[in-house]
Amino acid sequence: MKKVLFAVLPLTVFLALVILLYVNMGTHSERLPSPLVGKPAPDFQLPTLYSGRTLSKQDFKGQVWLLNVFGSWCPSCRIEHPVLAQFAEQKIIPVVGLNWKDEYLDADRWLKQFGNPYDEILVDLKGDVAIDWGVYGAPENFLIDADGVIRYKLVGVLTPEIIENELMPLIKELAP
Amino acid sequence: MKQMLFTWVLMTAMALCAIEVYAIEVYDFETAEQEALYQQLAEELRCLVCQNQNLADSEAGLAKDLKDKVAAFVMEGRSAEEITRFMVERYGDFVSYQPPMNVSTMILWFSPLALLLIGGAILVIKIRRTQS
Repeated sequence: MKKVLFAVLPLTVFLALVILLYVNMGTHSERLPSPLVGKPAPDFQLPTLYSGRTLSKQDFKGQVWLLNVFGSWCPSCRIEHPVLAQFAEQKIIPVVGLNWKDEYLDADRWLKQFGNPYDEILVDLKGDVAIDWGVYGAPENFLIDADGVIRYKLVGVLTPEIIENELMPLIKELAP
Repeated sequence: MKQMLFTWVLMTAMALCAIEVYAIEVYDFETAEQEALYQQLAEELRCLVCQNQNLADSEAGLAKDLKDKVAAFVMEGRSAEEITRFMVERYGDFVSYQPPMNVSTMILWFSPLALLLIGGAILVIKIRRTQS
């Protein structure tokens, strides 16, 4: 009996490992939980790409808005672009772009080629504001509530499923 | 003649190899302590783009930005705790290669000890059995 137990033990460990790895296959460990969710969004003073203004967090107060971190150098942003454009078109909430470490001409060419879905575009040339917001890879999306608190963060590409299942319920809850 | 040509080609090739440039970021620290502190932090903080590297080893754009930030803070005279807190507040505990002890890192800290205790207990039971 004991012998059988010892013979089965390695197999059990192996199977447990297989199950563990299989279960974890869908989780993206590179997507880190942001400690900023539930906290006031970091303040910023940034020029805009087109409107020639300088905007801060205060300018967005009183409304729920989406901040989308993008760059013309970011291949995944191109994949995300049509989804974001479709969402912005519905005019549910303002969609603000954070043009991260991009050259003006590159960003302009990119937006002219694919279309500009943004209500306003903030320019973070040096990437200081991105660091304040804990950004580590584009695209990233933040949902900020009317009080200026970050309610949701997504590292990676927005999909229609994510918009429908995660973003929209939260927007409905925050801006009834 | 042929031999000379061969030597020339070889020498040119070697010279070209030597030209290869290594990007070493240089900051003008005022003191050796500041430089040591910077070095320590660059090794303790994780590059979030290539997550199994620290900042010191990484050539990623964000790692460069974060190194600039760390260097600027060190030059301002901020302490290691302050700089680490700045990073953890923005990027979470994961950014530090020396994770703090809290509820979510309990397993990380104590699982080796638990394994040691379990292993030790099995060993003790085994030895006792063979002795009796």
